[in-house]
Amino acid sequence: MSFFENISSIQNIIYIFSSILFISGIKMLGKEDTAVRGNFLSALAMFIAVSVTFINVINPILVLVGIGIGAIIGSLIALKVKMTSIPEMVALFNGFGGLATFFIAWSEFNSIPSNNFQYLLVMITTYIGGVTFSGSVIAYGKLSETLKVEKSSIITKLFTTLFYISIIYLLYSIFITKIFSPGFDFYTILLILTLLGGVGFVIPIGGGDMPVVISLLNSFSGIAAAFAGLLLLNNVLIVAGSLVGASGLILTIIMAKAMNRSIGNILFVGYASSSSTSKSEETGEVKPINVSDAYLILENASSVLVIPGYGMAVAQAQHVVRELGELLEANGTEVRYGIHPVAGRMPGHMNVLLAEANVPYDVLVEPEDVNPSMDTVDVAVVIGANDVVNPSATEEPGSPIYGMPIIEVHNARTVFVLKRSMSSGFAGVQNPLFFKENTRMLFGDAKESIGGLVTEFKE
Amino acid sequence: MEIYILLGFVLILSIYLGLELISKVPSTLHTPLMSGANAISGIALVGALVLGSDTQLQQALAFLAVMFASINVFGGYLVTNRMLKMFKKK
Repeated sequence: MSFFENISSIQNIIYIFSSILFISGIKMLGKEDTAVRGNFLSALAMFIAVSVTFINVINPILVLVGIGIGAIIGSLIALKVKMTSIPEMVALFNGFGGLATFFIAWSEFNSIPSNNFQYLLVMITTYIGGVTFSGSVIAYGKLSETLKVEKSSIITKLFTTLFYISIIYLLYSIFITKIFSPGFDFYTILLILTLLGGVGFVIPIGGGDMPVVISLLNSFSGIAAAFAGLLLLNNVLIVAGSLVGASGLILTIIMAKAMNRSIGNILFVGYASSSSTSKSEETGEVKPINVSDAYLILENASSVLVIPGYGMAVAQAQHVVRELGELLEANGTEVRYGIHPVAGRMPGHMNVLLAEANVPYDVLVEPEDVNPSMDTVDVAVVIGANDVVNPSATEEPGSPIYGMPIIEVHNARTVFVLKRSMSSGFAGVQNPLFFKENTRMLFGDAKESIGGLVTEFKE
Repeated sequence: MEIYILLGFVLILSIYLGLELISKVPSTLHTPLMSGANAISGIALVGALVLGSDTQLQQALAFLAVMFASINVFGGYLVTNRMLKMFKKK
């Protein structure tokens, strides 16, 4: 007996050490120079925590098999996946973490919780873990564009209703079942409703709001782990889980702020009903431009700002964009990239794409840094971005996106907008930028248009 | 009950610490931070290792929990590392 107690106290001491490594790791992950080391430290912390827990595991061979299979699947996905599919991969991994805590809570329910508080924890952990899992799977489907459901469709409405039912059923499971134990298998129903509820939580959320949902699910997976830690009385689970919960929450807040909307509005209202009266029917001439004229203007520019959006990711144009940037620099032009926090489908999506194309991160600028000096920019090149450069956000009270911080390209001397057609962005709002005096529309596939510019420069 | 109060204390302090540590993250690192944090949430693996295995259902659940948490851990750390290696300064 005393031997086991010794092991348990040694484990707990090592857990403290591991927690310190996790804390330092996540701190270093937040700074460019130390991020790689930070990730390594946190991996080391994980290794230590798992190893020391492994000492008194009941069925070591089965566990090793499980870890082995997980390691192979995880590593294969991580090393094979194309950098452009990063958003959906992160969503999927996140879901698996949630699923693990879902199973943990399920197993704990079967070892008959000894007190009311434990009982409550089992229910909550089941719910958060399950919602994280099924929600992440739906997010994966939406991000990889394999799942397309209309917001107004009957399926969306059905699942949204199931989400609310699942919350009510969770409350019932927590408070009522312990007092009046029901004659039916209420826990199995909770398991099923939880998974359906997670689907209903994510399914109504539009593509442009994905960065918020992904961050929030990230936070949930951490919170689920922390609750599992409370349930199993395990310190390191609580510390590591809380850190993840906190970092996900911060990202969620950053994303919501960048859209000037509350988290509740993003999750439960959406753009469509947030404002029905946007009568900014812009009537005016759009001025198209062709590649050779665009080239002539760019060749004489001394300062160029590139604003990428989801359209660049879709067109896979990041490599030609980098090539154009290098040619412009060789021509003596200053090239910078204006990155809006919610451009793309996940936090930092554009940064990852440009990094993949070897664009150094110190020429990437944020809206608040570039807006004050926008009038010194000769050409702003908007590539597949729409709402993040929509001047309605600053000029038109009553517009659904009014107040959202944007990159104010309309103040630049000339604006090129690379676009397939005149369709509106994810917010469904018409963009007056297209009709401005200094705007030229370069219609067509972004990759082809920029490729054309690159060829012109080379000749 | 005592132990839960103590652990609740740890929980609150850790969340607060996390919020303080990460509050000023540059947007370049948003994706790696998310993916790195996601790998950390694979700590559920430690929880999966200490689960009881009295019944067959529990054994199956423990095995599945270990497996999925491992996918999260290995996949998360590797993909974060791969991504961070791409970020270069001028």
